[in-house]
Amino acid sequence: MAANPMYQFNVYRIGPEIKIGEIDLSFTNASLFMVISSLAILIIFNLGAQKKNIIPDKIQLLSELSYTFVSKMISDTAGSKAKPYFSFIFSLFMFVLFCNMFGMIPYSFTVTSHIIVTFVLAAFIFIGVTIIGFIKHGLGYLKLFVPSGVPAVLLPLIVVIEIISYLSRPISLSVRLFANMMAGHTMMKVFGGFVVSLGIVGGWLPLSFSVALTGLEILVAFLQAYVFAILTCIYLNDALNLHH
Amino acid sequence: MKKIILLNIFYFSFCTVTVKSAEKGGMPQLDPEFWVSQIFWLTITFGTLFLVLSKFILPRISKNLEQRRLQILENIETAEKQREQSEKNLKEFDEIILKSKNKAKEVMLAAREKVVSEITKKKMKLDEDLNSEIQNVEKEIIELKLSSPKKINSIASNITNEVIKRLIGTDVNESSVSALVEEELKKLSRSTNGI
Repeated sequence: MAANPMYQFNVYRIGPEIKIGEIDLSFTNASLFMVISSLAILIIFNLGAQKKNIIPDKIQLLSELSYTFVSKMISDTAGSKAKPYFSFIFSLFMFVLFCNMFGMIPYSFTVTSHIIVTFVLAAFIFIGVTIIGFIKHGLGYLKLFVPSGVPAVLLPLIVVIEIISYLSRPISLSVRLFANMMAGHTMMKVFGGFVVSLGIVGGWLPLSFSVALTGLEILVAFLQAYVFAILTCIYLNDALNLHH
Repeated sequence: MKKIILLNIFYFSFCTVTVKSAEKGGMPQLDPEFWVSQIFWLTITFGTLFLVLSKFILPRISKNLEQRRLQILENIETAEKQREQSEKNLKEFDEIILKSKNKAKEVMLAAREKVVSEITKKKMKLDEDLNSEIQNVEKEIIELKLSSPKKINSIASNITNEVIKRLIGTDVNESSVSALVEEELKKLSRSTNGI
């Protein structure tokens, strides 16, 4: 095993090379963990949805609590208009959460630690939200860049800043998740390496630190999924309820 | 010279090692080799996940939740209804008990009155009977009282006549004897009354 803390982020092919023209669509370890996460979500929630007890058992409770958790999150941040987008935000939250959590298993691969994955998700959200905004408000959606109550002198500057902040949304959204996951996993790897190199005498300190870091990383894994979902809700709120 | 060669060898080997590690290392995230593949598989997995969740699983969960909510509401409603019914029943029960108590009181009062009236009737009848009896007896006593002195007188005079006949051996005038006896009796009655 390589001691390089970045080695864990390597993507490699599993199985045969799949090429369509010049484009390489091979199944990789990243694809594997995407499939595993999706399947895990589907299996758990399917089990939870199949039971119809009035008093739920554990798996039913899990799925129902997740449902109410996400639905409450959406209604709190984006209001009742965001209800049609519930399925998407739920899927998004669960996908990111499960990818993060599966990444916590040693020797597994963290899908969300790759900027391309998070960026595609964020870009999709950004484009979708922008389209929704223009559909709901027409060109009035551009009022988003003109905050009310700003002196006319400052207005050009403010509009430019607003546009830049709007355009940087997908980048901030994707980099936040990617950087958090990558940094956490790198740090864990580094401390794990310290345990090995310091040996039985000095390894205890980094080992205990590593244990604490694991707890922290699990928290971060949940928190980043939550932040990702809630920021999506906030962007959606801007698009649905235009009031600046 | 040897030193320089050794240094050179060391330097080159170090360089190659660093170059190799740099090739291996860096950030694999920024290596675009598998970007398209990742985008492709992300689209497929996330797309399927979204479709299956939104078409099959989430509606069922929301249906379950809604059903539970309705069931709970229904249960609360029926519980409320039953509570009201039981309260009503309790009231009716209380009323029935009150009514029956009142009725029992009435019945008792009526029975008492009846008994009392019968008793008084019987008592009155008894009193009347007793009174009439007493009156009869008193009459008899008065009669006896009235008749007894005469009888006593006649008996006494007869007895005195007989005694005188035996003693003297001749008849004595009856009227004088009776007058004497009467006088004596009057004295006696006076003395007895005086006592």
